[in-house]
Amino acid sequence: MSTGSNLEKVLKSGAFAVAAECGPPRGADPEVIRKKGAFLKGYIDAVNITDNQTSTVRMSSFSASLILKEMGFDPVMQMVCRDRNRIAIQSDILGAAALGINNLLCLSGDHQSFGDHPSAKNVFDIDSIQLIQTVKMMRDEGKFISGEEVKGKPNLFIGCAENPFADPFEIRAMRLAKKAAAGAQFVQTQCVFNVEKFEKWMEMVRDLGVHEKMYILAGITPYKSIGMARYMKTSVPGMDVPDEHIERLKSVSKEKVAEEGVKICLEIIERVRAIKGVVGIHIMAIEWESIVAEIVTAAKLYPRP
Amino acid sequence: MDNFEPQIVAFCCEYCGYAAADLAGSMRLSYPANVKIVKIPCTGRVDIVFMMKAFENGADGVYLVGCLEGNCHFLTGNLKARKRMEYVKKLLDECGIGGERVAMYNMSSAQGQRFAEVAREMTEKIKALGPNPAKQRTAVSG
Amino acid sequence: MIVANRKPFEEIMEMLKSYTKILLLGCKECVTVCSVGGTKEVEVLASEIRLARAKEGLPVEIKEYTLERQCDPEYAAEIKSFVNDYDVVMSMACGCGVQTVAEMYHNKYVVPGVNTTFFGSSEEQGVWKEMCQGCGNCVLDKTLGLCPVARCAKSLFNGPCGGSQPGGACEINKDIPCVWQLIVQKMKDMNMLDKYMEIQPMKNWSTSRDGGPRKRVREDLKI
Repeated sequence: MSTGSNLEKVLKSGAFAVAAECGPPRGADPEVIRKKGAFLKGYIDAVNITDNQTSTVRMSSFSASLILKEMGFDPVMQMVCRDRNRIAIQSDILGAAALGINNLLCLSGDHQSFGDHPSAKNVFDIDSIQLIQTVKMMRDEGKFISGEEVKGKPNLFIGCAENPFADPFEIRAMRLAKKAAAGAQFVQTQCVFNVEKFEKWMEMVRDLGVHEKMYILAGITPYKSIGMARYMKTSVPGMDVPDEHIERLKSVSKEKVAEEGVKICLEIIERVRAIKGVVGIHIMAIEWESIVAEIVTAAKLYPRP
Repeated sequence: MDNFEPQIVAFCCEYCGYAAADLAGSMRLSYPANVKIVKIPCTGRVDIVFMMKAFENGADGVYLVGCLEGNCHFLTGNLKARKRMEYVKKLLDECGIGGERVAMYNMSSAQGQRFAEVAREMTEKIKALGPNPAKQRTAVSG
Repeated sequence: MIVANRKPFEEIMEMLKSYTKILLLGCKECVTVCSVGGTKEVEVLASEIRLARAKEGLPVEIKEYTLERQCDPEYAAEIKSFVNDYDVVMSMACGCGVQTVAEMYHNKYVVPGVNTTFFGSSEEQGVWKEMCQGCGNCVLDKTLGLCPVARCAKSLFNGPCGGSQPGGACEINKDIPCVWQLIVQKMKDMNMLDKYMEIQPMKNWSTSRDGGPRKRVREDLKI
């Protein structure tokens, strides 16, 4: 059973998929998105649009997804559980499907204390796994959470995220298995820097047979600067940045740091491509969308099918 | 403020603080008469409320004299007393009286000299701080 | 028990600003156990208020009185004979106590001296942590006695989230343990890790505060 999703088509065909991320602006100007989109056009199979990431108010994922859809992209709308209750969630699922969005990434969401509105009320009516179940139920059984009929089923390709580097490490593969059982069809992982740890996680994932139940895309982020690498190492929960990378970035001259960052990124891509069960990458070039084209080309992933 | 003579209450533990005071007396060491000594079995007996009440009743300064840390006759009384004194400092800052007016000193029963020294030190400190701001203000013409 | 924090002193003084005769009302239950509103704390706060007022040269008369509980009308009734001698009642009890007194003494200005925070337990002397949210439908059997509603910052039923920290802390505060890590550890220790794979269903929040203010009636106990 297929959706209209281009990402699904590419994955089903067996080609190595490439997705990228787009962060909406902190304002109502659609041109910001269009400019970012212009950098990515032709180099990716699908574009993710974050949903008030880090609990900071931005243009909604829903609306930004539509702007990108108009440009010819296949958007992956992201939905967090932090800000909406099940009524709003189901409502937005219907709306997204009605407006031709084909992919939905289901997330818990960063806690509001990280963002610009820490006094906001905490929703978390349901969690990410229950959200996955909800989309599946609406799509396949045509039922709302209440059990009543959905008149006009939303046909969405269901995705989720997982962090192979968070604790407790042993259950991270089990959690992914839970998401697969709930109905998730693809997963985009947190950015991979520590490839050994990622390989270990993939081994656990394969042991549980999850790689056969869902498409796994490895998260990739190029280092733009030493400051960025350090920041991710120390201040972002759930990131595993090896010291060796920071040393490499420090070892080159200032003008060459970004270039070295891209080099490391390409090495990581090559290594994850070789891991059994990894069928694509998800490039999160935070505020550096312009580099995606270079990375995709250098990784010999251009042109896209 | 030249003729301000502070009223200071010193809670002294029987085993060290008060004994040191006694020794100071035997050694004929002089220390300011501003310091009024209250003997207690252990500084751990001093309640937060004792210190607060002392200020309410007009004391300009309050201090505790206990055994050296690690040598409390009741083992940890002086450690608890210090925590309470720190808490009172915070309360006094909150209500505008000033946490600098309360302190704690540790000494052994042999430290008669130290007792006198501390008494002088505290008296000088409180003199410089002026009278307890909660004391009834004198008439405007004064 | 219910845990509260004393309001900042400036806020207390601001509430009591226009009043001379104050009744400071403590409670011998929860707020005594968490050392914020019992007899002792009433005594200490009264002392602070007197010192602060004396410093400004402003008069104040404070009566310190502590009830067995402020959340039962029988006890709140104890102050009937003298409550009208005072201009304001500052209750050091939790919100339940403040409101019971306010309701009983309809024409009296009753103000809170503490910020009521959570239902919690003692971790060690002087440390209390949040344990329960009163969701009205206890699921502690599913999580081996560790509550995901109250102790997970996102109330996840299928946690942990991707932010769960190495070393066991929650992503939002390194002093708060990730309860899902504790649950998983307990499952491991009790050989029940397969329980983790069960997908926990969505919570019915209508039994909690989300369903509206709640009431419980026992007809057999009514007089």
